[in-house]
Amino acid sequence: MKKLSARRRHPLAAVVVLLLALAATGGLYAAFAPAGKAQADDSAQSLTIKEGKKLYEVGCASCHGTGGQGSSDGPSLVGVGAAAVDFQVGTGRMPAATSQGAQVPRKKVVYNQTQIDQLAAYIASLGAGPNVPTKEQYGPDGADIAKGGELFRTNCAQCHNFTGKGGALTKGKYAPTLEGVDPKHIYEAMQTGPQNMPSFPDTTLSEKNKKDIIAYLHSVDSSETTNPGGLELGGLGPVSEGLFAWIFGLGALIAVAVWVAARTAKAKKS
Amino acid sequence: MSSQDIPEENLPAEQDHAHGAVGVADEENPFADPGLPPHEHRIQDIDERAAKRSERMVALLFTVSMLATIGFIVAYLVIPNDKSIFVFPIGHISAMNFALGLTLGAALFCIGAGAVHWARTLMSDVEVADDRHAIAASPEVRAKVHADFRQGAKESAIGRRGLIRTTMFGALALVPLSGVMLLGGLGPKPGTMLRHTLWAKGKRLINMNTNQPLRPEDVAVGSLTFAKPDGLEETDEDFQNEIAKAALMIVRLQPDNIKDKRELDWSHEGIVAFSKICTHVGCPISLYEQQTHHVLCPCHQSTFDLSDGARVIFGPAGHALPQLHIGVDSDGYLQALGDFEEPVGPAFWERG
Amino acid sequence: MSTAANETPRSRGKAPAGERIADWADGRLGIYSLAKSNMRKIFPDHWSFMLGEVCMYSFIIIILTGVYLTLFFHPSMNEVEYHGSYVPLQGQLMSEAFNSTLHISFDVRGGLLVRQIHHWAALIFLAGMFVHMMRVFFTGAFRKPREINWLFGFLLFVLGMFTGFTGYSLPDDLLSGTGVRFTEGAILSMPIVGTYISMFLFGGEFPGHDFVARFYSIHILLLPGIMLGLMVAHLILVFYHKHTQFAGPGKTEKNVVGMPLLPVYMAKAGGFFFLVFGVIAAIAAVAQINPIWAMGPYRPDQVSTGAQPDWYMGFAEGLVRYMPGWEINFWGHTLVLGVFIPLVLFGLVLAAIAVYPFIESWVTGDKSEHHILDRPRNAPTRTAFGVAWVTVYMIGLVGGGNDLWATHFHLSINAVTWFVRIGFFAGPVIAFIVTKRICLGLQRRDRDKVLHGRETGIIKRLPHGEFIEVHEPLSQEQLHTLTAHHQYEPAEIGPTVDENGVERKVGASEKLRAKLSHAYYGEDNQIPKPTVEEYKEITSGHGHH
Repeated sequence: MKKLSARRRHPLAAVVVLLLALAATGGLYAAFAPAGKAQADDSAQSLTIKEGKKLYEVGCASCHGTGGQGSSDGPSLVGVGAAAVDFQVGTGRMPAATSQGAQVPRKKVVYNQTQIDQLAAYIASLGAGPNVPTKEQYGPDGADIAKGGELFRTNCAQCHNFTGKGGALTKGKYAPTLEGVDPKHIYEAMQTGPQNMPSFPDTTLSEKNKKDIIAYLHSVDSSETTNPGGLELGGLGPVSEGLFAWIFGLGALIAVAVWVAARTAKAKKS
Repeated sequence: MSSQDIPEENLPAEQDHAHGAVGVADEENPFADPGLPPHEHRIQDIDERAAKRSERMVALLFTVSMLATIGFIVAYLVIPNDKSIFVFPIGHISAMNFALGLTLGAALFCIGAGAVHWARTLMSDVEVADDRHAIAASPEVRAKVHADFRQGAKESAIGRRGLIRTTMFGALALVPLSGVMLLGGLGPKPGTMLRHTLWAKGKRLINMNTNQPLRPEDVAVGSLTFAKPDGLEETDEDFQNEIAKAALMIVRLQPDNIKDKRELDWSHEGIVAFSKICTHVGCPISLYEQQTHHVLCPCHQSTFDLSDGARVIFGPAGHALPQLHIGVDSDGYLQALGDFEEPVGPAFWERG
Repeated sequence: MSTAANETPRSRGKAPAGERIADWADGRLGIYSLAKSNMRKIFPDHWSFMLGEVCMYSFIIIILTGVYLTLFFHPSMNEVEYHGSYVPLQGQLMSEAFNSTLHISFDVRGGLLVRQIHHWAALIFLAGMFVHMMRVFFTGAFRKPREINWLFGFLLFVLGMFTGFTGYSLPDDLLSGTGVRFTEGAILSMPIVGTYISMFLFGGEFPGHDFVARFYSIHILLLPGIMLGLMVAHLILVFYHKHTQFAGPGKTEKNVVGMPLLPVYMAKAGGFFFLVFGVIAAIAAVAQINPIWAMGPYRPDQVSTGAQPDWYMGFAEGLVRYMPGWEINFWGHTLVLGVFIPLVLFGLVLAAIAVYPFIESWVTGDKSEHHILDRPRNAPTRTAFGVAWVTVYMIGLVGGGNDLWATHFHLSINAVTWFVRIGFFAGPVIAFIVTKRICLGLQRRDRDKVLHGRETGIIKRLPHGEFIEVHEPLSQEQLHTLTAHHQYEPAEIGPTVDENGVERKVGASEKLRAKLSHAYYGEDNQIPKPTVEEYKEITSGHGHH
């Protein structure tokens, strides 16, 4: 303690305190920030609508109404289809917290895939809607990656960024990042238009188009994507590049300049 | 090594005083300039072993640089251009770029580090004062220059012969105009180009994704579709210029949700077609929020309300997005019922 | 002239080769007279004096790599189909400019490295110029005789911005194309001439088929040519004026203290070039910049969120983003204030810092040369103005990235925009006041240090029980350094009635000058530095405090 107090007058003391405070804030944030990873497996089992109904009554009815007709707390689910349920529940967005911010975030999935399928079957029975896509529909076989890129830039990049890193919408809403999202969920999102995302039904964005888009995303925004130039810097474009140039580019050069201009240690008579 | 290791006898009896030192301790004025402090020796100045170590360090840095250059040449010749490697924590990157960059960086950095280390430890570090001289000339020089100039001006008679002076300045002022005229070839006059697009009565709306004409039943409530005029293909010579004005954004609203009367009149069963080009500075605006019916521009965040004539509700855009009047032709396809009634894209002086 | 007779004995095969070559050159170029005053020229040592070198070296690196890139780049907007090695774009239509940039990035060995060095060096060049300019500003190095060199440097910064912008636009990718589209919109907003300039720049309607070729000659020839000339002039003036230095023992307005060009600075500055190049090459090895392949070719109907220019245009982007959408229609014309005002502000903000030296010299009325640098605290009003200016600039940068602030800090983009709108007016005012208070506080601390010595942190108990902190008097070196700065007296308007009782007319500019002078140097705007009398009175045994 003595040592510490003796150094409190050191010109760098304030800097050290600031860095500690920043580190503490960041650490707390990291500890409390919601972190979720959707998980879905493709085990497709046929399950009865009845079991889905049971699950629905326990987990969903309080907001969406006992027959899925909707209430002031949640929209009607009649006609949204199995794909919407599979997306919303499969990415953890549903069930939502009672008080959410500008939009419902992706979070830890509550139900297992079997239960999700049961729920989906029940909702689909309330009114016709898009079905959960099959692996042939969203799988990479026969996809045209380059065409997918062009389609992505026309239909998706305006909200989700060139390579699906996400972006801001009005009043705190946002288009989420597409990295690590299951291809099936991407397909379903295009089909059903969750929350404020518009839908891209097969009539205007064909099944083949969707397959191409998913294949393109996989090639530019997955953990195997090669970034030939090095660090991707978030894939956010000039803002992160500018910060990098200032902090690591100019910062390194100033550190070097300090070394070049500094006095060499003097020999002292002891 | 610490300074204690230096043999006492190696320290010079008296430290050198820097050349050019001025002023000495002043009893009258404690703030007076005491002059340059005496020069202090570095370890290398008095201990040959330390100097030798510095020399070896500099030589080592230069040697590393040579090796790095050889590494660069080898990497250039050996690594396949499309080889990708995983480097923690950077990720999958080009092996070639990584190898060439690091070897080049090391080769250059080591030359610099060697030279600076040499300068810092082995070259003389005695601080020297150099005198400054006034930038301005002495009064004599000034007088001489002025006199010379007056003499020259007088001999040229430019002051006396006003006719020459006037016409010369006139000619010099006019001659750059030729250059300005030549710039006229840079482009056409604006004319009414900015007012028209390819849209015209009877042109079908072609889906950008499928390249097929759109039917009203294709467009669902809450969906977002982009369209171009029939006949415009990506391979066309003027595709870029035309799509820059004609790009169309199509959404379907419940007709009761449309607040603006003209918007409702120009729609077809709730299907509305707006210009995709932002009225602020021309970005393709299309961040459509299907629940709020707001559309946001990704460049400068102008926000438009598509349920209310696409009027501006936030941001720097100055006016609403132009709407295209649409209907259905005899084959049941969506078609334009005319061009946009106002210029699309950014506003300009002649827009009115 | 008997030069031949004089030269013969020297060149009789005895002199070493280097000397003979130097003699030969001197006979034709007069290099000895040049070397006489420059070879042992003195440069002071301080890390902040090397910021300008960072700029010069990165500029040289940009030129070297840029020349290499021109060997492969095709400045053409003809549409071609891509058949190179990057799979996700194969078969896509794109301009030749974009195609050749992909070729450089994927098919030319080392091409990507050179591209990345070029772009990183450009970002660092401009960042370096910004910091260098701020160093010169806050230390008052722009004062006489260096005002013209300040303007040269300022022009280099502005031209660097436009050179960077035109270069960023050349690959014709979706991101830069969006930036060019913005440029078109900004030009269109200019009253009367806007549409004409736009048509002339793009050879017709946007995007046309010409702008890449035109930007190319501007980017590689016109602007860098001017910049090279300005940089040489800038350097010549640095040599001619000799470098400034911080106050300290032995350093006066009449001398410059440091080490000679040959050998120390030759090695340090020459070595620093390699250090800068080495650091930038290493950055280009590990960090990707402007991955145009991920952005795709430009199409005017496509866009990506997060569309931003390179950082040096960021504050202009901010001005455009937080401006309200004002538009006035009258007599069949449109005044697009929502775009035109930011365009004008962009020029005004830059001009404000450029003309500042002339305003300050007018206020002080000081005609003497200044070679000793100010510590920022000793010029509180200047420092406060500079910080206020930087605040405006930084708020513009925040505004230019408002969407990324929103997504990364979970804020509403509308809230960020409103924050920036208010910050544009309130920020500089607050920054000015706070900075000035801090400067005055630091001046007071310096004054206390001079008069009462350094606080040692040692607490002593006096016989009667009082605790005091022991203060250690400063050395003469420190005393001199802390009191070396000059303090101005505020200018007075003077008697308005002359000796004959005739009233003198006081012009508005004279009144303004007196007012400003008081704001700079009036009673509450600088702390009088301690005088020798004060010092002696305190140290002559009237007890410590």
